[in-house]
Amino acid sequence: MNWQAPGSPAELRAEAQAARQDALNMIVGAGLGHIGGDFSALDIVTVLYGAILRVDPANPRATDRDRFIMSKGHATGALYVTLARRGFFATEELRTFAKPLSRLGGHPDRTKLPGVEANTGPLGHGLPVAVGAALAAKLSGQTYRSFVLTGDGELQEGSNWEAAMTAAHNKLDNLVVTVDRNHLQQGDRTENTMALESLAAKWAAFGFEVVHVDGHDHKALLEVYSHVPVREGKPTVVIARTTKGKGVSFMEDGAAWHHKVPSAAECAAALRELQTS
Amino acid sequence: MEKLFDCRDAFAATLEALAEQDPRVVVVCNDSVGSSKLSGFKQRFADRLVNVGIAEQNMIGVAAGLANGGKIPFVCGASCFLTGRALEQIKADLAYAKANVKLCGMSSGMAYGELGPTHHSIEDLAWTRAIADLAVVVPSDPIETREAVKFAHAYTGPVFLRLSRMGVPAVHTEDYQFAFGKADELRAGHDVTLIANGTLVTRCLQAAQRLGDGGISARVLNMHSVRPLDDAAVVAAARETGALVTVEEHTTRGGLGGAVAEAVVQGAPVPMAILGVPGVFAPTGSAEFLLDHFGMSVDGIVQAARGVIARKEPRQKAAV
Repeated sequence: MNWQAPGSPAELRAEAQAARQDALNMIVGAGLGHIGGDFSALDIVTVLYGAILRVDPANPRATDRDRFIMSKGHATGALYVTLARRGFFATEELRTFAKPLSRLGGHPDRTKLPGVEANTGPLGHGLPVAVGAALAAKLSGQTYRSFVLTGDGELQEGSNWEAAMTAAHNKLDNLVVTVDRNHLQQGDRTENTMALESLAAKWAAFGFEVVHVDGHDHKALLEVYSHVPVREGKPTVVIARTTKGKGVSFMEDGAAWHHKVPSAAECAAALRELQTS
Repeated sequence: MEKLFDCRDAFAATLEALAEQDPRVVVVCNDSVGSSKLSGFKQRFADRLVNVGIAEQNMIGVAAGLANGGKIPFVCGASCFLTGRALEQIKADLAYAKANVKLCGMSSGMAYGELGPTHHSIEDLAWTRAIADLAVVVPSDPIETREAVKFAHAYTGPVFLRLSRMGVPAVHTEDYQFAFGKADELRAGHDVTLIANGTLVTRCLQAAQRLGDGGISARVLNMHSVRPLDDAAVVAAARETGALVTVEEHTTRGGLGGAVAEAVVQGAPVPMAILGVPGVFAPTGSAEFLLDHFGMSVDGIVQAARGVIARKEPRQKAAV
Protein backbone atom coordinates (compact mmCIF):
# COMPACT_ATOMS: atom_id res chain seq x y z
CA MET A 1 0.00 0.00 0.00
CA ASN A 2 1.00 3.61 -0.51
CA TRP A 3 -0.02 4.55 2.98
CA GLN A 4 2.52 6.52 4.94
CA ALA A 5 2.21 7.49 8.55
CA PRO A 6 1.02 11.09 8.65
CA GLY A 7 3.33 12.28 11.38
CA SER A 8 2.44 15.93 11.87
CA PRO A 9 -0.85 17.44 12.97
CA ALA A 10 -1.08 19.21 9.61
CA GLU A 11 -0.71 15.93 7.76
CA LEU A 12 -3.30 14.31 10.02
CA ARG A 13 -5.68 17.17 9.30
CA ALA A 14 -5.18 16.75 5.56
CA GLU A 15 -5.77 13.01 5.92
CA ALA A 16 -9.00 13.60 7.85
CA GLN A 17 -10.28 16.06 5.24
CA ALA A 18 -9.54 13.53 2.49
CA ALA A 19 -11.28 10.81 4.52
CA ARG A 20 -14.33 13.08 4.84
CA GLN A 21 -14.49 13.36 1.06
CA ASP A 22 -14.32 9.57 0.75
CA ALA A 23 -17.11 9.21 3.32
CA LEU A 24 -19.24 11.80 1.55
CA ASN A 25 -18.84 10.08 -1.82
CA MET A 26 -19.51 6.70 -0.23
CA ILE A 27 -22.73 7.85 1.42
CA VAL A 28 -24.02 9.74 -1.61
CA GLY A 29 -23.23 6.68 -3.73
CA ALA A 30 -25.17 4.40 -1.41
CA GLY A 31 -28.02 6.81 -0.77
CA LEU A 32 -27.75 6.17 2.96
CA GLY A 33 -25.42 6.62 5.88
CA HIS A 34 -24.79 8.66 9.00
CA ILE A 35 -22.69 11.53 7.76
CA GLY A 36 -23.13 13.80 10.79
CA GLY A 37 -21.73 11.23 13.19
CA ASP A 38 -19.00 10.18 10.74
CA PHE A 39 -17.71 13.74 10.45
CA SER A 40 -17.97 14.25 14.19
CA ALA A 41 -15.68 11.25 14.79
CA LEU A 42 -13.33 11.39 11.81
CA ASP A 43 -10.57 13.53 13.30
CA ILE A 44 -10.38 11.24 16.33
CA VAL A 45 -10.37 8.06 14.24
CA THR A 46 -7.80 9.51 11.84
CA VAL A 47 -5.41 10.44 14.63
CA LEU A 48 -5.79 6.99 16.22
CA TYR A 49 -5.22 5.01 13.02
CA GLY A 50 -2.72 7.50 11.64
CA ALA A 51 -0.39 7.88 14.58
CA ILE A 52 -1.39 5.91 17.66
CA LEU A 53 -2.75 2.40 17.10
CA ARG A 54 -0.30 -0.46 16.73
CA VAL A 55 -2.12 -2.32 14.00
CA ASP A 56 -0.91 -4.07 10.86
CA PRO A 57 -3.26 -4.33 7.87
CA ALA A 58 -1.20 -7.29 6.62
CA ASN A 59 -1.96 -9.14 9.86
CA PRO A 60 -5.27 -7.77 11.09
CA ARG A 61 -5.73 -10.43 13.78
CA ALA A 62 -2.22 -10.24 15.24
CA THR A 63 -2.61 -11.19 18.90
CA ASP A 64 -0.71 -8.15 20.18
CA ARG A 65 -2.53 -5.55 18.06
CA ASP A 66 -4.16 -2.56 19.69
CA ARG A 67 -7.95 -2.87 19.59
CA PHE A 68 -10.17 -0.07 18.34
CA ILE A 69 -13.91 -0.54 18.78
CA MET A 70 -16.38 1.81 17.14
CA SER A 71 -19.16 1.60 19.67
CA LYS A 72 -21.29 4.14 17.80
CA GLY A 73 -21.67 1.59 15.03
CA HIS A 74 -23.83 3.87 12.89
CA ALA A 75 -20.67 5.95 12.33
CA THR A 76 -19.24 2.98 10.51
CA GLY A 77 -18.57 5.28 7.56
CA ALA A 78 -15.75 6.92 9.52
CA LEU A 79 -14.37 3.47 10.30
CA TYR A 80 -14.69 2.11 6.75
CA VAL A 81 -12.92 5.03 5.05
CA THR A 82 -10.18 5.00 7.68
CA LEU A 83 -9.61 1.24 7.45
CA ALA A 84 -9.57 1.44 3.64
CA ARG A 85 -7.15 4.37 3.55
CA ARG A 86 -5.00 2.60 6.13
CA GLY A 87 -4.78 -0.43 3.82
CA PHE A 88 -7.05 -3.01 5.46
CA PHE A 89 -8.93 -3.30 2.15
CA ALA A 90 -8.98 -1.47 -1.17
CA THR A 91 -10.50 2.02 -1.20
CA GLU A 92 -12.39 1.01 -4.37
CA GLU A 93 -14.47 -1.30 -2.19
CA LEU A 94 -15.95 1.75 -0.44
CA ARG A 95 -18.13 2.09 -3.53
CA THR A 96 -19.94 -1.12 -2.56
CA PHE A 97 -21.12 0.37 0.76
CA ALA A 98 -24.64 -0.87 1.57
CA LYS A 99 -25.00 -2.47 -1.87
CA PRO A 100 -26.33 -6.05 -2.08
CA LEU A 101 -23.88 -8.61 -0.63
CA SER A 102 -21.22 -6.00 0.17
CA ARG A 103 -18.84 -6.64 3.07
CA LEU A 104 -19.53 -3.01 3.98
CA GLY A 105 -22.99 -3.07 5.50
CA GLY A 106 -24.78 -0.28 7.29
CA HIS A 107 -23.06 -1.37 10.49
CA PRO A 108 -19.66 -3.10 10.81
CA ASP A 109 -19.23 -6.89 10.75
CA ARG A 110 -15.94 -8.29 12.04
CA THR A 111 -16.57 -11.68 10.48
CA LYS A 112 -16.50 -10.11 7.01
CA LEU A 113 -14.24 -7.07 7.04
CA PRO A 114 -10.61 -7.09 8.20
CA GLY A 115 -9.84 -4.53 10.87
CA VAL A 116 -13.29 -4.52 12.44
CA GLU A 117 -13.13 -5.69 16.08
CA ALA A 118 -16.79 -5.81 17.15
CA ASN A 119 -20.22 -6.01 15.56
CA THR A 120 -21.74 -2.81 16.83
CA GLY A 121 -24.94 -1.02 15.91
CA PRO A 122 -27.13 -1.45 18.95
CA LEU A 123 -25.77 1.13 21.40
CA GLY A 124 -23.98 0.51 24.67
CA HIS A 125 -22.20 -2.60 23.37
CA GLY A 126 -18.71 -1.35 22.53
CA LEU A 127 -17.47 -0.41 25.98
CA PRO A 128 -18.14 -3.80 27.63
CA VAL A 129 -16.35 -5.54 24.75
CA ALA A 130 -13.42 -3.11 24.97
CA VAL A 131 -13.25 -3.76 28.72
CA GLY A 132 -13.11 -7.50 28.05
CA ALA A 133 -10.32 -7.05 25.50
CA ALA A 134 -8.34 -4.89 27.94
CA LEU A 135 -8.88 -7.47 30.68
CA ALA A 136 -7.64 -10.26 28.40
CA ALA A 137 -4.39 -8.33 27.88
CA LYS A 138 -3.93 -7.94 31.62
CA LEU A 139 -4.64 -11.64 32.25
CA SER A 140 -2.13 -12.70 29.58
CA GLY A 141 0.51 -10.11 30.38
CA GLN A 142 0.18 -8.59 26.90
CA THR A 143 0.91 -4.95 26.25
CA TYR A 144 -1.77 -4.06 23.70
CA ARG A 145 -4.20 -1.25 24.46
CA SER A 146 -7.97 -1.22 24.02
CA PHE A 147 -9.53 1.93 22.54
CA VAL A 148 -13.25 2.50 22.20
CA LEU A 149 -15.15 5.42 20.72
CA THR A 150 -18.64 5.96 22.09
CA GLY A 151 -21.27 8.45 21.12
CA ASP A 152 -22.52 10.78 23.82
CA GLY A 153 -26.22 9.97 23.52
CA GLU A 154 -25.15 6.33 23.67
CA LEU A 155 -24.09 6.86 27.29
CA GLN A 156 -27.77 6.81 28.19
CA GLU A 157 -27.49 3.00 27.89
CA GLY A 158 -26.86 1.56 31.35
CA SER A 159 -24.53 -1.16 30.08
CA ASN A 160 -21.82 1.50 29.69
CA TRP A 161 -21.86 2.22 33.38
CA GLU A 162 -21.77 -1.48 34.26
CA ALA A 163 -18.66 -1.71 32.09
CA ALA A 164 -17.17 1.47 33.58
CA MET A 165 -17.36 -0.10 37.04
CA THR A 166 -15.67 -3.26 35.74
CA ALA A 167 -12.87 -1.23 34.14
CA ALA A 168 -12.07 0.72 37.29
CA HIS A 169 -12.46 -2.30 39.56
CA ASN A 170 -9.91 -4.19 37.48
CA LYS A 171 -7.57 -1.18 37.18
CA LEU A 172 -7.59 -1.32 33.39
CA ASP A 173 -5.11 1.43 32.57
CA ASN A 174 -4.78 -0.10 29.09
CA LEU A 175 -8.33 1.03 28.31
CA VAL A 176 -8.98 4.38 26.64
CA VAL A 177 -12.59 5.45 26.18
CA THR A 178 -13.22 8.42 23.93
CA VAL A 179 -16.61 10.10 24.12
CA ASP A 180 -17.61 11.87 20.90
CA ARG A 181 -19.30 14.69 22.78
CA ASN A 182 -21.21 16.53 20.05
CA HIS A 183 -24.29 17.13 22.22
CA LEU A 184 -26.62 15.73 19.56
CA GLN A 185 -28.43 12.44 19.31
CA GLN A 186 -30.82 11.24 16.63
CA GLY A 187 -33.80 13.33 17.62
CA ASP A 188 -32.56 16.32 19.55
CA ARG A 189 -29.78 17.68 21.75
CA THR A 190 -28.63 15.24 24.41
CA GLU A 191 -29.40 17.65 27.23
CA ASN A 192 -32.99 18.05 26.02
CA THR A 193 -33.45 14.31 25.57
CA MET A 194 -31.84 12.85 28.70
CA ALA A 195 -29.23 15.09 30.24
CA LEU A 196 -25.71 13.64 30.50
CA GLU A 197 -24.05 16.42 32.47
CA SER A 198 -22.11 16.54 34.62
CA LEU A 199 -20.48 14.00 32.37
CA ALA A 200 -16.89 14.41 33.53
CA ALA A 201 -17.95 14.13 37.15
CA LYS A 202 -19.83 10.92 36.35
CA TRP A 203 -16.76 9.29 34.79
CA ALA A 204 -14.54 10.51 37.62
CA ALA A 205 -16.97 9.09 40.14
CA PHE A 206 -16.81 5.76 38.30
CA GLY A 207 -13.04 5.71 38.77
CA PHE A 208 -11.76 7.03 35.46
CA GLU A 209 -9.03 9.55 34.83
CA VAL A 210 -10.79 12.25 32.80
CA VAL A 211 -9.15 14.21 29.99
CA HIS A 212 -10.83 16.96 27.99
CA VAL A 213 -9.81 17.70 24.43
CA ASP A 214 -10.99 19.49 21.30
CA GLY A 215 -12.01 16.50 19.17
CA HIS A 216 -11.07 18.31 15.97
CA ASP A 217 -7.64 19.57 17.07
CA HIS A 218 -5.19 17.05 15.68
CA LYS A 219 -2.27 18.37 17.69
CA ALA A 220 -4.22 18.16 20.93
CA LEU A 221 -5.57 14.69 20.13
CA LEU A 222 -2.07 13.48 19.28
CA GLU A 223 -0.81 14.86 22.57
CA VAL A 224 -3.56 13.18 24.61
CA TYR A 225 -3.32 9.77 22.97
CA SER A 226 0.47 9.77 23.14
CA HIS A 227 0.27 9.95 26.92
CA VAL A 228 -2.06 7.17 27.93
CA PRO A 229 -2.49 5.86 30.48
CA VAL A 230 -2.67 9.23 32.14
CA ARG A 231 -2.50 7.53 35.49
CA GLU A 232 -1.20 4.05 36.19
CA GLY A 233 -3.87 1.71 37.51
CA LYS A 234 -6.79 3.76 36.18
CA PRO A 235 -8.73 3.62 32.92
CA THR A 236 -8.81 6.83 30.88
CA VAL A 237 -11.77 8.63 29.40
CA VAL A 238 -11.15 11.31 26.80
CA ILE A 239 -14.13 13.61 26.53
CA ALA A 240 -13.74 15.02 23.05
CA ARG A 241 -15.66 18.20 22.30
CA THR A 242 -16.91 17.67 18.78
CA THR A 243 -19.31 19.11 16.26
CA LYS A 244 -21.70 16.83 14.45
CA GLY A 245 -21.18 17.26 10.71
CA LYS A 246 -17.78 18.90 11.27
CA GLY A 247 -16.11 20.28 8.14
CA VAL A 248 -19.17 21.18 6.11
CA SER A 249 -20.69 24.43 7.31
CA PHE A 250 -24.29 23.67 6.45
CA MET A 251 -24.15 20.28 8.22
CA GLU A 252 -22.46 21.42 11.40
CA ASP A 253 -24.32 21.05 14.68
CA GLY A 254 -27.61 20.08 13.06
CA ALA A 255 -29.62 17.08 14.23
CA ALA A 256 -31.07 16.83 10.72
CA TRP A 257 -27.73 15.54 9.39
CA HIS A 258 -27.77 12.48 11.65
CA HIS A 259 -28.69 10.32 8.67
CA LYS A 260 -29.73 12.73 5.94
CA VAL A 261 -28.13 12.08 2.54
CA PRO A 262 -26.83 15.16 0.69
CA SER A 263 -28.34 16.02 -2.71
CA ALA A 264 -26.02 16.27 -5.72
CA ALA A 265 -25.75 20.04 -5.26
CA GLU A 266 -25.14 19.72 -1.52
CA CYS A 267 -22.52 17.05 -2.18
CA ALA A 268 -20.69 19.29 -4.65
CA ALA A 269 -20.76 22.21 -2.23
CA ALA A 270 -19.55 20.00 0.61
CA LEU A 271 -16.69 18.58 -1.46
CA ARG A 272 -15.63 22.13 -2.45
CA GLU A 273 -15.59 23.15 1.18
CA LEU A 274 -13.61 20.10 2.27
CA GLN A 275 -11.08 20.58 -0.55
CA THR A 276 -10.45 24.24 0.18
CA SER A 277 -10.60 24.43 3.97
CA MET B 1 -33.76 -45.45 45.29
CA GLU B 2 -31.61 -44.51 42.33
CA LYS B 3 -28.72 -42.14 43.00
CA LEU B 4 -29.47 -38.59 41.84
CA PHE B 5 -26.88 -36.13 40.57
CA ASP B 6 -26.74 -32.35 40.47
CA CYS B 7 -25.23 -31.81 37.00
CA ARG B 8 -23.56 -28.61 38.16
CA ASP B 9 -21.00 -30.78 39.96
CA ALA B 10 -19.99 -32.50 36.73
CA PHE B 11 -19.96 -29.10 35.03
CA ALA B 12 -17.65 -27.56 37.63
CA ALA B 13 -15.29 -30.55 37.76
CA THR B 14 -14.96 -30.62 33.96
CA LEU B 15 -14.38 -26.89 33.77
CA GLU B 16 -11.60 -27.10 36.34
CA ALA B 17 -9.99 -29.98 34.45
CA LEU B 18 -10.11 -27.97 31.22
CA ALA B 19 -8.69 -24.89 32.94
CA GLU B 20 -5.86 -27.02 34.22
CA GLN B 21 -4.95 -28.03 30.64
CA ASP B 22 -5.75 -24.83 28.77
CA PRO B 23 -4.67 -21.40 30.05
CA ARG B 24 -7.14 -19.73 27.68
CA VAL B 25 -10.09 -20.95 29.76
CA VAL B 26 -11.53 -18.19 31.97
CA VAL B 27 -14.82 -17.84 33.81
CA VAL B 28 -17.04 -14.76 33.77
CA CYS B 29 -19.89 -14.62 36.26
CA ASN B 30 -22.45 -12.30 37.82
CA ASP B 31 -21.93 -12.79 41.53
CA SER B 32 -22.87 -16.42 40.91
CA VAL B 33 -19.80 -18.21 42.27
CA GLY B 34 -21.90 -20.28 44.67
CA SER B 35 -24.92 -20.96 42.46
CA SER B 36 -22.68 -21.93 39.55
CA LYS B 37 -20.57 -24.17 41.80
CA LEU B 38 -17.43 -22.18 41.04
CA SER B 39 -15.87 -22.15 44.50
CA GLY B 40 -13.36 -24.81 43.47
CA PHE B 41 -12.48 -22.95 40.29
CA LYS B 42 -12.07 -19.74 42.25
CA GLN B 43 -9.78 -21.45 44.73
CA ARG B 44 -7.58 -22.96 42.03
CA PHE B 45 -7.66 -20.22 39.39
CA ALA B 46 -8.56 -17.02 41.26
CA ASP B 47 -7.06 -14.70 38.64
CA ARG B 48 -9.04 -16.41 35.87
CA LEU B 49 -12.43 -15.83 37.42
CA VAL B 50 -13.92 -12.49 36.37
CA ASN B 51 -16.85 -11.55 38.55
CA VAL B 52 -18.56 -8.53 36.98
CA GLY B 53 -21.09 -8.23 39.76
CA ILE B 54 -24.80 -8.15 39.05
CA ALA B 55 -24.56 -6.88 35.50
CA GLU B 56 -25.51 -9.37 32.79
CA GLN B 57 -25.32 -7.13 29.72
CA ASN B 58 -21.81 -6.14 30.69
CA MET B 59 -21.00 -9.76 31.50
CA ILE B 60 -21.68 -10.87 27.93
CA GLY B 61 -19.85 -7.90 26.40
CA VAL B 62 -16.83 -8.49 28.62
CA ALA B 63 -16.84 -12.15 27.60
CA ALA B 64 -16.89 -11.13 23.93
CA GLY B 65 -13.92 -8.86 24.55
CA LEU B 66 -12.04 -11.60 26.41
CA ALA B 67 -12.64 -13.87 23.41
CA ASN B 68 -11.37 -11.09 21.14
CA GLY B 69 -8.23 -11.15 23.27
CA GLY B 70 -7.77 -14.90 22.75
CA LYS B 71 -9.47 -16.28 25.86
CA ILE B 72 -12.17 -18.97 25.97
CA PRO B 73 -14.69 -17.52 28.42
CA PHE B 74 -17.27 -19.72 30.13
CA VAL B 75 -20.00 -17.32 31.22
CA CYS B 76 -21.90 -18.66 34.21
CA GLY B 77 -25.13 -17.33 35.61
CA ALA B 78 -28.72 -18.28 36.31
CA SER B 79 -30.20 -19.03 32.92
CA CYS B 80 -33.19 -16.71 33.43
CA PHE B 81 -30.94 -13.65 33.87
CA LEU B 82 -28.10 -14.75 31.59
CA THR B 83 -30.38 -15.06 28.58
CA GLY B 84 -33.27 -12.68 29.22
CA ARG B 85 -31.28 -9.77 30.57
CA ALA B 86 -28.59 -9.88 27.90
CA LEU B 87 -30.31 -11.26 24.83
CA GLU B 88 -29.22 -8.43 22.51
CA GLN B 89 -25.61 -8.86 23.67
CA ILE B 90 -25.88 -12.60 23.00
CA LYS B 91 -27.16 -11.86 19.51
CA ALA B 92 -24.81 -9.03 18.49
CA ASP B 93 -21.64 -9.45 20.58
CA LEU B 94 -21.50 -13.24 20.50
CA ALA B 95 -23.50 -14.92 17.77
CA TYR B 96 -23.31 -12.34 14.98
CA ALA B 97 -19.66 -11.68 15.77
CA LYS B 98 -18.96 -15.45 16.09
CA ALA B 99 -17.21 -14.85 19.41
CA ASN B 100 -15.74 -17.98 20.97
CA VAL B 101 -17.77 -17.70 24.17
CA LYS B 102 -19.55 -20.48 26.09
CA LEU B 103 -22.75 -19.49 27.88
CA CYS B 104 -23.56 -21.73 30.81
CA GLY B 105 -27.15 -21.16 31.86
CA MET B 106 -27.52 -22.55 35.37
CA SER B 107 -30.69 -23.70 37.10
CA SER B 108 -32.68 -23.49 33.89
CA GLY B 109 -36.29 -24.46 33.38
CA MET B 110 -38.20 -24.51 36.65
CA ALA B 111 -35.25 -25.50 38.84
CA TYR B 112 -35.94 -22.50 41.05
CA GLY B 113 -39.50 -23.81 41.49
CA GLU B 114 -40.85 -21.99 44.52
CA LEU B 115 -39.01 -18.75 43.70
CA GLY B 116 -41.57 -18.22 40.98
CA PRO B 117 -41.80 -17.22 37.33
CA THR B 118 -39.25 -14.35 37.66
CA HIS B 119 -36.65 -17.07 38.27
CA HIS B 120 -38.02 -19.73 35.97
CA SER B 121 -36.14 -19.94 32.69
CA ILE B 122 -38.73 -21.46 30.41
CA GLU B 123 -38.27 -19.09 27.46
CA ASP B 124 -34.51 -19.48 27.04
CA LEU B 125 -34.59 -22.19 24.37
CA ALA B 126 -37.02 -20.20 22.24
CA TRP B 127 -34.90 -17.07 22.56
CA THR B 128 -31.53 -18.67 21.94
CA ARG B 129 -32.50 -21.07 19.19
CA ALA B 130 -33.91 -18.14 17.19
CA ILE B 131 -30.42 -16.65 16.97
CA ALA B 132 -28.25 -17.63 14.01
CA ASP B 133 -24.87 -19.28 14.57
CA LEU B 134 -25.50 -20.03 18.25
CA ALA B 135 -25.17 -23.70 19.25
CA VAL B 136 -27.78 -24.71 21.85
CA VAL B 137 -27.11 -27.84 23.93
CA VAL B 138 -29.12 -29.31 26.83
CA PRO B 139 -27.37 -32.20 28.58
CA SER B 140 -29.42 -34.77 30.48
CA ASP B 141 -27.15 -36.26 33.15
CA PRO B 142 -23.70 -35.81 34.71
CA ILE B 143 -21.88 -37.82 32.05
CA GLU B 144 -23.49 -35.94 29.20
CA THR B 145 -22.86 -32.66 31.03
CA ARG B 146 -19.16 -33.51 31.24
CA GLU B 147 -19.06 -34.37 27.53
CA ALA B 148 -21.05 -31.25 26.57
CA VAL B 149 -18.64 -29.00 28.47
CA LYS B 150 -15.70 -30.68 26.71
CA PHE B 151 -17.50 -30.22 23.39
CA ALA B 152 -18.11 -26.52 24.10
CA HIS B 153 -14.42 -26.04 24.84
CA ALA B 154 -13.31 -27.81 21.66
CA TYR B 155 -15.89 -26.11 19.42
CA THR B 156 -14.94 -22.77 17.85
CA GLY B 157 -17.83 -20.35 18.23
CA PRO B 158 -20.60 -19.39 20.63
CA VAL B 159 -22.42 -22.13 22.55
CA PHE B 160 -25.33 -22.00 24.99
CA LEU B 161 -25.22 -24.87 27.50
CA ARG B 162 -28.50 -25.15 29.37
CA LEU B 163 -27.90 -26.78 32.73
CA SER B 164 -30.15 -27.73 35.63
CA ARG B 165 -29.76 -28.12 39.37
CA MET B 166 -32.57 -30.65 39.71
CA GLY B 167 -31.32 -34.09 40.74
CA VAL B 168 -31.29 -36.59 37.87
CA PRO B 169 -30.10 -40.20 37.64
CA ALA B 170 -27.36 -41.15 35.19
CA VAL B 171 -28.81 -42.30 31.89
CA HIS B 172 -25.47 -42.70 30.11
CA THR B 173 -22.53 -44.95 30.79
CA GLU B 174 -18.94 -43.77 31.17
CA ASP B 175 -18.08 -44.59 27.55
CA TYR B 176 -20.83 -42.28 26.15
CA GLN B 177 -19.81 -40.42 23.00
CA PHE B 178 -21.50 -37.02 22.71
CA ALA B 179 -22.26 -36.17 19.07
CA PHE B 180 -23.17 -32.49 18.61
CA GLY B 181 -26.22 -32.02 16.39
CA LYS B 182 -27.12 -35.73 16.47
CA ALA B 183 -30.05 -37.26 18.33
CA ASP B 184 -29.05 -39.79 20.97
CA GLU B 185 -31.36 -42.80 20.65
CA LEU B 186 -31.69 -44.28 24.13
CA ARG B 187 -34.36 -46.82 23.29
CA ALA B 188 -35.53 -48.35 20.04
CA GLY B 189 -39.23 -48.47 19.22
CA HIS B 190 -41.74 -48.43 16.36
CA ASP B 191 -45.15 -47.28 17.69
CA VAL B 192 -44.36 -43.80 18.98
CA THR B 193 -41.31 -41.63 19.66
CA LEU B 194 -40.72 -39.69 22.87
CA ILE B 195 -38.30 -36.77 22.39
CA ALA B 196 -36.85 -34.90 25.35
CA ASN B 197 -33.68 -33.39 26.74
CA GLY B 198 -32.28 -32.30 30.08
CA THR B 199 -34.09 -33.37 33.22
CA LEU B 200 -36.96 -35.00 31.32
CA VAL B 201 -35.02 -37.70 29.51
CA THR B 202 -35.27 -39.96 32.55
CA ARG B 203 -39.03 -39.54 32.78
CA CYS B 204 -39.36 -40.42 29.09
CA LEU B 205 -37.35 -43.59 29.60
CA GLN B 206 -39.62 -44.55 32.49
CA ALA B 207 -42.72 -43.77 30.39
CA ALA B 208 -41.33 -45.90 27.54
CA GLN B 209 -40.83 -48.77 29.96
CA ARG B 210 -44.42 -48.49 31.13
CA LEU B 211 -45.73 -48.24 27.55
CA GLY B 212 -43.72 -51.35 26.75
CA ASP B 213 -45.36 -53.18 29.62
CA GLY B 214 -48.66 -52.34 27.93
CA GLY B 215 -47.51 -53.62 24.56
CA ILE B 216 -46.57 -50.29 22.99
CA SER B 217 -43.08 -49.96 21.58
CA ALA B 218 -41.77 -46.43 22.25
CA ARG B 219 -38.57 -44.99 20.83
CA VAL B 220 -36.78 -42.47 23.05
CA LEU B 221 -34.58 -39.73 21.57
CA ASN B 222 -32.41 -37.61 23.83
CA MET B 223 -32.34 -34.41 21.76
CA HIS B 224 -29.45 -32.69 23.52
CA SER B 225 -28.75 -30.43 20.53
CA VAL B 226 -31.67 -28.07 20.03
CA ARG B 227 -29.74 -26.01 17.53
CA PRO B 228 -28.77 -27.44 15.17
CA LEU B 229 -31.60 -29.94 15.52
CA ASP B 230 -31.15 -33.42 14.08
CA ASP B 231 -33.94 -32.96 11.52
CA ALA B 232 -33.13 -36.30 9.89
CA ALA B 233 -33.65 -38.23 13.13
CA VAL B 234 -36.94 -36.41 13.75
CA VAL B 235 -38.25 -37.11 10.26
CA ALA B 236 -37.11 -40.74 10.48
CA ALA B 237 -38.89 -41.07 13.82
CA ALA B 238 -42.05 -39.61 12.32
CA ARG B 239 -41.91 -41.94 9.33
CA GLU B 240 -40.98 -45.05 11.28
CA THR B 241 -43.14 -44.65 14.39
CA GLY B 242 -45.96 -42.45 13.06
CA ALA B 243 -46.47 -40.32 16.19
CA LEU B 244 -44.36 -38.07 18.39
CA VAL B 245 -44.41 -36.62 21.88
CA THR B 246 -41.93 -33.92 22.91
CA VAL B 247 -41.32 -33.19 26.58
CA GLU B 248 -39.41 -30.15 27.82
CA GLU B 249 -38.91 -28.05 30.91
CA HIS B 250 -39.82 -24.98 28.87
CA THR B 251 -42.84 -23.20 27.47
CA THR B 252 -44.55 -25.18 24.71
CA ARG B 253 -44.06 -22.15 22.46
CA GLY B 254 -40.88 -22.22 20.44
CA GLY B 255 -38.62 -24.57 22.38
CA LEU B 256 -37.74 -28.21 21.70
CA GLY B 257 -41.32 -29.00 20.72
CA GLY B 258 -41.39 -26.04 18.37
CA ALA B 259 -38.13 -27.10 16.77
CA VAL B 260 -39.32 -30.69 16.33
CA ALA B 261 -42.67 -29.48 14.95
CA GLU B 262 -40.87 -27.36 12.35
CA ALA B 263 -39.00 -30.44 11.17
CA VAL B 264 -42.04 -32.73 11.27
CA VAL B 265 -44.43 -30.38 9.48
CA GLN B 266 -41.97 -29.84 6.66
CA GLY B 267 -40.59 -33.37 6.53
CA ALA B 268 -43.22 -35.94 7.51
CA PRO B 269 -46.39 -34.64 9.20
CA VAL B 270 -47.71 -37.04 11.85
CA PRO B 271 -49.75 -36.63 15.04
CA MET B 272 -47.69 -34.89 17.68
CA ALA B 273 -48.08 -33.64 21.25
CA ILE B 274 -45.91 -30.94 22.83
CA LEU B 275 -45.62 -31.29 26.60
CA GLY B 276 -44.21 -28.37 28.56
CA VAL B 277 -45.46 -25.29 30.32
CA PRO B 278 -48.51 -24.39 28.25
CA GLY B 279 -47.99 -20.65 27.76
CA VAL B 280 -48.71 -19.64 31.35
CA PHE B 281 -46.75 -18.40 34.34
CA ALA B 282 -46.41 -21.31 36.71
CA PRO B 283 -48.07 -21.36 40.12
CA THR B 284 -46.03 -21.78 43.30
CA GLY B 285 -44.40 -25.15 43.77
CA SER B 286 -41.20 -27.16 43.56
CA ALA B 287 -39.69 -28.07 40.20
CA GLU B 288 -40.85 -31.67 40.56
CA PHE B 289 -44.36 -30.56 41.52
CA LEU B 290 -44.58 -28.19 38.55
CA LEU B 291 -43.39 -30.82 36.07
CA ASP B 292 -46.13 -33.15 37.31
CA HIS B 293 -48.64 -30.31 37.44
CA PHE B 294 -48.10 -29.54 33.76
CA GLY B 295 -48.45 -33.16 32.67
CA MET B 296 -44.79 -34.08 32.53
CA SER B 297 -45.08 -36.91 35.05
CA VAL B 298 -44.41 -40.44 33.81
CA ASP B 299 -48.18 -40.95 33.76
CA GLY B 300 -48.71 -37.73 31.85
CA ILE B 301 -46.16 -38.72 29.21
CA VAL B 302 -47.75 -42.21 28.89
CA GLN B 303 -51.18 -40.63 28.39
CA ALA B 304 -49.86 -38.20 25.81
CA ALA B 305 -48.23 -41.09 23.93
CA ARG B 306 -51.50 -43.04 23.89
CA GLY B 307 -53.24 -39.88 22.70
CA VAL B 308 -51.04 -39.36 19.66
CA ILE B 309 -51.19 -43.05 18.78
CA ALA B 310 -54.99 -42.79 18.82
CA ARG B 311 -54.78 -39.91 16.35
CA LYS B 312 -52.82 -41.89 13.78
CA GLU B 313 -54.50 -42.46 10.39
CA PRO B 314 -56.40 -45.81 10.36
CA ARG B 315 -53.79 -47.43 8.13
CA GLN B 316 -51.02 -46.40 10.49
CA LYS B 317 -53.06 -47.50 13.51
CA ALA B 318 -53.57 -50.92 12.01
CA ALA B 319 -49.81 -51.34 11.96
CA VAL B 320 -49.64 -50.94 15.73
